[in-house]
Amino acid sequence: MTDPVMRVRGLRKRFGGVCATDDVSLDVLVGETHAIIGPNGAGKTTLLSLLSGQLKPDGGSVIFNGRDVTRLPAHARAHVGIARSFQVTSVFADLTVHDNVALAVQAHHGHSFRLWHPVRKERSLREPAFELLRVMGLDDRADWIAGNLSHGERRQLELAMALAGAPKLLLLDEPMAGMGSDETARMIEILGSLDGQAMLLIEHDMDAVFTLADRISVLVSGRIIATGLPDHIRANEEVRRAYLGESV
Amino acid sequence: MSERPAIRTARSVEGSVAQQRGFAGRFSLARRLTLVGLVVLAAVPVLAYLAGNTFWLDIFTRLTILSIAAVSLNLILGFGGLVSFGHAAFLGLGAYAVGIPVHHSINGGFDAIASTNGLFHIALAVGVSAAYALVTGAISLRTRGVYFIMITMAFGQMVFYAAVSISAYGGDDGLTIYERSSLPFISLDNPLALFAWCYGSLLAALFVVHRIVNSRFGVVIRGAKGNEERIGALGFDAYRYRLLAYVISGVMCGYAGALLGNFTTFISPAMMDWTRSGELLFMVILGGAGAVAGPVVGASVFLLLEEVMSRFTIYWHLPFGILLIGCVLFVRGGISGLLGQPAGRRDD
Repeated sequence: MTDPVMRVRGLRKRFGGVCATDDVSLDVLVGETHAIIGPNGAGKTTLLSLLSGQLKPDGGSVIFNGRDVTRLPAHARAHVGIARSFQVTSVFADLTVHDNVALAVQAHHGHSFRLWHPVRKERSLREPAFELLRVMGLDDRADWIAGNLSHGERRQLELAMALAGAPKLLLLDEPMAGMGSDETARMIEILGSLDGQAMLLIEHDMDAVFTLADRISVLVSGRIIATGLPDHIRANEEVRRAYLGESV
Repeated sequence: MSERPAIRTARSVEGSVAQQRGFAGRFSLARRLTLVGLVVLAAVPVLAYLAGNTFWLDIFTRLTILSIAAVSLNLILGFGGLVSFGHAAFLGLGAYAVGIPVHHSINGGFDAIASTNGLFHIALAVGVSAAYALVTGAISLRTRGVYFIMITMAFGQMVFYAAVSISAYGGDDGLTIYERSSLPFISLDNPLALFAWCYGSLLAALFVVHRIVNSRFGVVIRGAKGNEERIGALGFDAYRYRLLAYVISGVMCGYAGALLGNFTTFISPAMMDWTRSGELLFMVILGGAGAVAGPVVGASVFLLLEEVMSRFTIYWHLPFGILLIGCVLFVRGGISGLLGQPAGRRDD
């Protein structure tokens, strides 16, 4: 069996008296879509931020492709191949759609201490960015100011930006949040088409989770109470009690 | 959101990108207004001077110098989102970089820097500003928001009090510069030449900032302004880029300080008091932070209003303050945003 892309062991994070992440261990396997579900306030976004480096853990370790990245800042983790999207859509609203993706491409394309050459004329940034927009079905929006996109389109743009560095692991924080059913279906289709892309997916939309996920972990009050195949999770009594809200 | 320009539709899908936008930009209203403004900025004082009126040349020379300072501040404020409340310190450092070597070349002592050579003055102003910006920036940029404002202001006041306390260079009373920087080919003692030098420097500063904000480097600091977390997640270490932007801004402002020393032929610590830094902030915000030439508009309005209003009443600060508040509250993108909507756009 090949090593997991990401191996998390005993991860802990406290905010004052609240234990937001409590001894979390999980693996994301090669090519796997691993979904994390759990009630509001379970600590899902905190966990994601610990994995992407926005937050520093109090204890535990994050091993990425055999390398300890626990103490690496977010920008350095992006360079080893960890990309994330944000729960609250986080694109550069004043730039055009094309500019946004080109900026994401730029992050993985040499250094940016180039102060003179107009960035909009760099074909090596513009063309890969346009290609990503095409894949995402946003190419006809390339010249729009990103702030003018619909919510669903912004989430697609965000995904395009996350994919720009050809990440080895994609961390997605509720990519379907706030979307209509058409937009959700479109996003499920896009994510499903990312064949072989290792993904850690936080999502509330259960249809999306059970459609996309290869494995599911259930997070409750900062602890993982179950990990397994979708059918296994669906049938798990503890999960149903804690999360799916069924009285047994 | 409602104030954003109308949705831009894609003109054509293939290669719709840089070329077409650049083309449209070249002939935009904002760009034409900027050009007209710059021509007026040169024509009015020169024509007035040739007609025998020296007053306007004086005002406009001061205006171009402070415009350079405001343009430099705009690089980090308008494009980088960094509210530096200590930028006047660079003006002072640049001015003292002229005053101190001239002082020693006339009064003796400290031979190592005693000089009236303008190129040396500029090199010294740039070097000292860069070193000061590097040290204070490295510390200040570890903070955010209000803390950044306070710490840059504190550093500025440190330089202010240092200048006050050094009695060898006049301390509180200031230092008279008995000889202007000597430059090859031109004499800064000629008011027209001095203005030309300052005006040329302003054009250069505008061009440099324009290039920077549209470069790879520029989009990173602009991105970090709106969304620092996102810039980090994409893989940029915002701190390093901001530090360089801060140093570039400081160097430009220090250079403006060297010009200011040559213009006023007198420097005093008052030149770098925190209220001076506040005035620079006013100019940027009034003119429109985020448009490259915005601060020139702001500086013009600021100085001309000051000139006109102070003739009517010594209490001119009051109506002036009300105007500023109104501008901040009601005019997004400052005056340049009001003149031509696109001027408020961040890439003009």
